[in-house]
Amino acid sequence: MATRQTQILARTLLSPAVVLLFIWMIVPLALTIYFSTLHYSLLDPGSESFVGLDNFRYFLTDPAFIASLQNTLVLVGSVLAITILLGIPLAMLLDQPVIGQGIVRLMVIAPFFVMPTVSALVWKNLLMHPVSGLFAWLAKLAGLQPIDWFNDAPLFSVILIVSWQWLPFATLILLTALQSLDEEQKEAAEMDGARALSTFIYITLPHLARPITVVILIETIFLLTVFAEIFVTTGGGPGLQTTNIAFLIYSQALIQFDVGSASAGGLVAVVIANVVAFFLVRIVGKNLEA
Amino acid sequence: MARMVTTRRVWISTIAAWLFGFLIFFPILWMILTSFKTELDAFATPPFFLFFHWTTENYATVQERSDYFHHALNSIIIAGGSVLIAMLIAVPAAWSMAFSPTKRTKDILLWMLSTKMMPPVGVLVPIYLICRNFGLLDSRTGLIIILCLGNLPIVIWMLFTYFKEIPKDILEAARMDGATIGRELIYVLTPMAIPGLASTLLLNFILAWNEAFWTLNLSTSEAAPLTVFIASYSSPEGLFWAKLSAASTLAIAPILILGWFSQRQLVRGLTFGAVK
Repeated sequence: MATRQTQILARTLLSPAVVLLFIWMIVPLALTIYFSTLHYSLLDPGSESFVGLDNFRYFLTDPAFIASLQNTLVLVGSVLAITILLGIPLAMLLDQPVIGQGIVRLMVIAPFFVMPTVSALVWKNLLMHPVSGLFAWLAKLAGLQPIDWFNDAPLFSVILIVSWQWLPFATLILLTALQSLDEEQKEAAEMDGARALSTFIYITLPHLARPITVVILIETIFLLTVFAEIFVTTGGGPGLQTTNIAFLIYSQALIQFDVGSASAGGLVAVVIANVVAFFLVRIVGKNLEA
Repeated sequence: MARMVTTRRVWISTIAAWLFGFLIFFPILWMILTSFKTELDAFATPPFFLFFHWTTENYATVQERSDYFHHALNSIIIAGGSVLIAMLIAVPAAWSMAFSPTKRTKDILLWMLSTKMMPPVGVLVPIYLICRNFGLLDSRTGLIIILCLGNLPIVIWMLFTYFKEIPKDILEAARMDGATIGRELIYVLTPMAIPGLASTLLLNFILAWNEAFWTLNLSTSEAAPLTVFIASYSSPEGLFWAKLSAASTLAIAPILILGWFSQRQLVRGLTFGAVK
């Protein structure tokens, strides 16, 4: 009797969250699917007509799509590589006994808490400005020609900024994982005469495999839709050089007001994200049972 | 002998760690320094590091010229409102899943997580149009609703992982002693849940404060929080680096402080308990 009551109570407590999330997921998605089959321009209201898969054909064969897909992949891949390859040694360093460890930790984690528009503008204006940015001064100091970052290497500049934002995240997760590594195991390996390198390859790396996977999956989900950093630094340019899929869809929707084609693009983005999400959900789900 | 080596190792790793920590922190430090320069000094080459004319006039000008506090208030209302509402919905849900799990609980949790995987840009068009039709463009209410729903899965997940760690035996013990459900809630569960509630609140407040996709797309002036306000400095007119730095420093300072408090919960919250 009591259990039955508890069950009803539990269901009542749970339902608002489930209903709201269901609406939040299904209504916009259904509308996106619906719009993607329409010829629908906000500049020309009332002219909506069903066009089948034309928007998809248009979006997927648009040279801008290929360019932005390529930019998206380069951006995601580079940031992942940079944050993990730098994050592992950094996490191992912070795992050592260090004097003032708390303060170092705070300095390393700080960029993660900076809002994207701030970090993008601070990097663009204070550090990367070709005339009076700090990097230009350093280049001149070293006798080099200062780089005009956002004209000569626009995508790389965006990658640099986004990597700076995500390095703390990777480092912090890897550090947390390292701290749970059994010290005795490492000591035993050292006693057996294992060198630092083999301890790293055979003990540390396998232990980090799971957290690295988690970092890759979570970062990928966020990196696929990097927006603010591009919005305030390059506006997708020069040309299409820094336009990623998220920015392309934004510009088709809110600059060119082409709802149909932007919706088709949105669905493409959803599909790409779902492939990643599939793996992440499986990993997290496995953990739920343990 | 062994001790000597250890001390040396500590020194080496200390120096290396401080060096890297400083490098990573440097852009923020540089921004804070620049915020105390005159516009002319901010633009000078070679740059001034510490020996410049320190001034706080930028902080005053930012408020006068662009109504900084209006946007700061928007940030507080939007981030705070969205998180509080999300907590109201999430606490009962996470509670029921942690304490009366059913066969479907795991599926429901994973489904909630999967809604967070939806790229916002995939639903930009319909959300934009819905907001336009309901007069929610550039409105705080609109942003509160959207950020609340966007963060709801993370809030539920974090709370769930905290609640699950509360031992159930303690509830039974309280019940055996004749505690009613009300007393059980107030005297037994609430004290044990408060740390989890606090860190969930904190982390999601930070996430909402820094959210820069919906805020940039759905607000322009009236409801614009600090993310949008800072973005308005991206227009190339004039040299406003010192003022940009002052505005940025003000925008990130409270979050940096809150963030430093919540860094331990961060890992857990953002990895949905997959890394502890």
